[in-house]
Amino acid sequence: MTGTGIGAAVRRKEDLRFITGRGHYTDDISRPGQAYACFLRSPHAHARIRSIDTSAAANLPGVLAVLTGAELQADKIGNLICGWMIHSKDGSPMKMAPHPALAVGKVCYVGDPVAVVVAETLPQAKDAAEKIVVDYEVLPAVADPAKAKEGPQIHEVAPRNTIYEWALGDKAATDAAFASARHVTRLDIVNNRLAPNALEPRAAIGEYDAGSDSFTLWNTTQNPHVARLVISAFVGLAPEHKLRVIAPDVGGGFGSKIFIYPEEVVALWASKRVGRPVKWTCDRSEAFLADAHGRDHVTHAEMAFDDKGKIVGLRVHTIANLGAYMSTFSSSIPTYLYATLLSGQYAIPHIYCEVDAVYTNTVPVDAYRGAGRPEATFVVERLVEVGARELGIDPPELRRRNFIKSFPHQTPVIMTYDAGDYEASLRKALEIADYKNFPKRKRESARRGKLRGIGFSTYIEACGIAPSQAVGSLGAGVGLWESAEVRVNPTGSVEVLTGSHSHGQGHETTFAQLVSDRLGIPIENVSVIHGDTDKVQFGMGTYGSRSGAVGMSAIAKALDKVEAKAKKVASHLLEAAEGDIEFKDGKFIVSGTDKSATWADVALHAYIAHKFSGQELEPGLKEGAFYDPTNFTFPAGCHICEVEVDPDTGEVTIVGWTAVDDFGVVINPMIVEGQVHGGIAQGVGQALLEHAVYNSDGQLVTGSLMDYAMPRAGNLPSYKVDMTVTRCPSNPLGVKGCGEAGAIAAPAAVINAVTDAVGVEDIPMPATPQAVWSAIRSRAQPRQAA
Amino acid sequence: MPTVSMTVNGKPVSAEVEPRTLLVQFLREHLRLTGTHVGCDTSQCGACVVHVDGVAMKSCTTFAWQVEGCHVTTIEGLAKDGKLHPMQEAFREHHGLQCGFCTPGMIMAAVEMVYRKGHDLDEKTIREELDGNLCRCTGYHNIVKAIHAGARAMRDSAGA
Amino acid sequence: MYAFDFHRPTTLRQAVSLLAKSEDAKLLAGGHSLIPVMKLRLASPRTLIDLSQIQELTGVELKGRSLVIGAMTRHRDVANSPIVQEAMPGLAAVPASIGDPHVRNRGTIGGSIANNDPNADYPAACLGLGATIITNKRKIPADEFFTGLFETALEPDEIITKVSFPITRKCAYEKFKHPASGFALVGVFVAKRGSEVRVAVTGAGASGVFRVPSFEEALKKRFAPKSLEGLSISPEGLASDIHASAEYRAHLVGVMARRATAKAVAYG
Repeated sequence: MTGTGIGAAVRRKEDLRFITGRGHYTDDISRPGQAYACFLRSPHAHARIRSIDTSAAANLPGVLAVLTGAELQADKIGNLICGWMIHSKDGSPMKMAPHPALAVGKVCYVGDPVAVVVAETLPQAKDAAEKIVVDYEVLPAVADPAKAKEGPQIHEVAPRNTIYEWALGDKAATDAAFASARHVTRLDIVNNRLAPNALEPRAAIGEYDAGSDSFTLWNTTQNPHVARLVISAFVGLAPEHKLRVIAPDVGGGFGSKIFIYPEEVVALWASKRVGRPVKWTCDRSEAFLADAHGRDHVTHAEMAFDDKGKIVGLRVHTIANLGAYMSTFSSSIPTYLYATLLSGQYAIPHIYCEVDAVYTNTVPVDAYRGAGRPEATFVVERLVEVGARELGIDPPELRRRNFIKSFPHQTPVIMTYDAGDYEASLRKALEIADYKNFPKRKRESARRGKLRGIGFSTYIEACGIAPSQAVGSLGAGVGLWESAEVRVNPTGSVEVLTGSHSHGQGHETTFAQLVSDRLGIPIENVSVIHGDTDKVQFGMGTYGSRSGAVGMSAIAKALDKVEAKAKKVASHLLEAAEGDIEFKDGKFIVSGTDKSATWADVALHAYIAHKFSGQELEPGLKEGAFYDPTNFTFPAGCHICEVEVDPDTGEVTIVGWTAVDDFGVVINPMIVEGQVHGGIAQGVGQALLEHAVYNSDGQLVTGSLMDYAMPRAGNLPSYKVDMTVTRCPSNPLGVKGCGEAGAIAAPAAVINAVTDAVGVEDIPMPATPQAVWSAIRSRAQPRQAA
Repeated sequence: MPTVSMTVNGKPVSAEVEPRTLLVQFLREHLRLTGTHVGCDTSQCGACVVHVDGVAMKSCTTFAWQVEGCHVTTIEGLAKDGKLHPMQEAFREHHGLQCGFCTPGMIMAAVEMVYRKGHDLDEKTIREELDGNLCRCTGYHNIVKAIHAGARAMRDSAGA
Repeated sequence: MYAFDFHRPTTLRQAVSLLAKSEDAKLLAGGHSLIPVMKLRLASPRTLIDLSQIQELTGVELKGRSLVIGAMTRHRDVANSPIVQEAMPGLAAVPASIGDPHVRNRGTIGGSIANNDPNADYPAACLGLGATIITNKRKIPADEFFTGLFETALEPDEIITKVSFPITRKCAYEKFKHPASGFALVGVFVAKRGSEVRVAVTGAGASGVFRVPSFEEALKKRFAPKSLEGLSISPEGLASDIHASAEYRAHLVGVMARRATAKAVAYG
């Protein structure tokens, strides 16, 4: 595919500013007269605040204000909220504890913001923060989700620190399936807690304009409109029409920048208090304490098989750590984004899943790349792999026997898969990975003293989030449609305004490709505008691999309207009946004649309006659309990881990676492959390196990049990425979404490979050299004893 | 406050700064050259890498006064006469960036890698030499490809 | 970061006199350990004395049967020095393994050993080679120099000027990197010079770099990896953290020592 249309590997339009250092990230912006904020954070995981003395701090040079929860309450600033209602099995609503932007009365995790200093310079703000005296009564703390129910109660509203005890599926039918099963595979799984670590730290600039009594917030957010809505409707800082939220260039999000955080609320609020723009930029070490973490599940899972290796049932119990407060979407992640994917790519007749969400004295946990789906895939793909080994069946073969083969397929856990060909992606992946010669490679490794292993992950995810009515019935507080506006200028160039937000995904290019493809105009003549609530009327933002399937579908819908209107203009211009106008290759043609008008001609005439009366046709060429999807999309594929383990040290080297994904129609293969690469890297990070660790006192042990191991170039291989395509029937473009696939597929593939190499059932993530070495020893010891 | 003077992207600059001013703060806040980024506080992410007399340095771990009299090149100074540097071109051509935040440091590190290791860089060398630069988006695959190609293009453009 | 003043002396004599008369002063070498802790407000020197302008502190030279490296010589320059590579490739590998390229462009040997981070690489080389640390006041044998975690025998008014390594062809360093920081989770330097064998370990000790007499004895009998087979050190007194238990570190000391020995044999 050449050119700039759908399917072309168009080089990115946004790159020029990034490769020349001319991007505009939030911290790059300086507002006239801006002051700087520094937060004083709790050093304790759990403590009552007896008193706060800010007087010494307030008297230091340069200090404009020292604010605490008391001032926040005095100004009637509302709490942060979680926007998705989950009900427990017994019908009771989730126990949402108050979450003030600055602590009121007590602190619940290390890093909980207690006060903010606003000063002329950042060093002055930091100096002053050190002089705030807080008298704490330290309370016992709990950080481990498995111990949360027995731990000290954190919030009054939540006895036994339990937020909800939720279940999905038919328990009785599933139990019956297990009772008659031939074989049951059981696993205890900890899905390790992760720190998202987008490379750009979070930042916010709040600015209050007294003249118009309105606020502007520049913020590192993935969804500026949702931020505005929450800050207006719940926090109550300003009416929605008096608050503008701008998300300029955002340096990666991976979920962590979806949420509405205390710091941006405080920066806005403080800007009115001090009458100056207030800027806050997070340090990396501060980010470890203050950014919502991901994952953190403790799970017991069982898979039942019949005598032919068919899966007859799946039973899962998960404790999900939501941290000290419920973050914006936290409740939905371990429920509707997790348990609904437990069928994987398999026809499983009976599934039952219980999820207990708990409070702990840790920073809130919310969506992180994949959000629930990596956890589900890990459960399913580990069970299938271990089951295959126990049953003595080749792992790909066991998968094949259980694949869903006809669509639509209704799973026992809500989802209706619309399209897929799992056999095709598996077959292609096995070929590319040269599976049949794996034994030869294993022998060759053994000759060098290395243990070689291979691991599979045939994953599925639900993306294109999401049909509003459906999610509404499941408790979502918002609709998950997307909006678009296509503005055609008199000269024929086009601006697309989208409610999606790009923070690395390349929307400025792919969205422009769609327009270029549909209107037949050069891609250079298309601009994509996003991330500003004053420009884009509303939008739901970017997460859950939704921007292609939902965001672009909205653009397609708006383009339909633009085309229809343009045809009307063309019919006047060409003096032909509207029904005789064809639009092809950027030209309006009167069917069966050689009469035609160019796109630019029609655009111009839409605006000069000389050829039609205002009574019969409105001038102008601008259309908007809201697109609400009819279903989730279901990207799926097969990832194969091959590793070599050094038995002396336990070090794992990834020696091969094959990914064959089905993302439906691909707009820009270069960008899609890039998304896959990045996802795999984060998944490998989870599997081998990353772990956000709190000790039993609730202190964060991995509080900087000196302790939290991020994947570096040397930890990763080059990947072999390929695709299969089944068109998605649930949106006009046939696309499924690709942003999270790698992170969803990879952890299981890695752990399956490492356990295969070592010859043990399980190694907990991250499979650090020490963990692998311990596994090797645990395997070796009985032999020595024998 | 002491005065520091240096040449940044070919232009002499001079300013009074507090001794604790880091080079990256000097560039971003005093000169408004915001292409150089800060991604961490423990000198590990490499988003702040600039060249000082042709040597790659973490500008977040260098005081402005330490480069007194030196020639500093930032990402903004890499393109010459409106023409992108071959390494910049290579990053765009090979999709070596997504969110763009690590990119300035990545490109500056890549250019210096070529100064030190030459134009024929194999994958292993590139990955080892990227030890001081973190990227959270790309999984490094396309960065490695970009540097491989950019290194060769630097030779071609030097020879031209 | 807290405010401070700085000086940039051009002679050692100036530096020494500034150090003597400044209250709460710190020497600044490469700065890649000091500046980060200052940024995190964990260190608050009132005065920094930058040693980078003192020419006499930089350079690599052969002096008789010793290789002498100026304290302010950067890791990059030691690693790439033809003199070091020719005389002691096992030593050149030490700075080549530190941090990342940008860190190696700035970090110095003097800064590394004066800081004596328990996970730093150079202390193992100094101890493993029986180096002599030369200061403005005296010569300190490595065996007496490293006294504890971030502690050395240096007196408050003392500045390292040079490090002298006895030339030893048969030496090597093997490092198991900390997955996050890139420091040594365990690093072992092994050297054989005449009948003397030294095995020095960094990263593993709860109180810093140390020698392993049992390994040294075994290698004295025969300098080969095989001599170390079956030998291990006790986890007692070793560091333990989320990345490596004392037991795992003890195990790695054995593995790294065998690998370093194999390399040293190859060099020698």
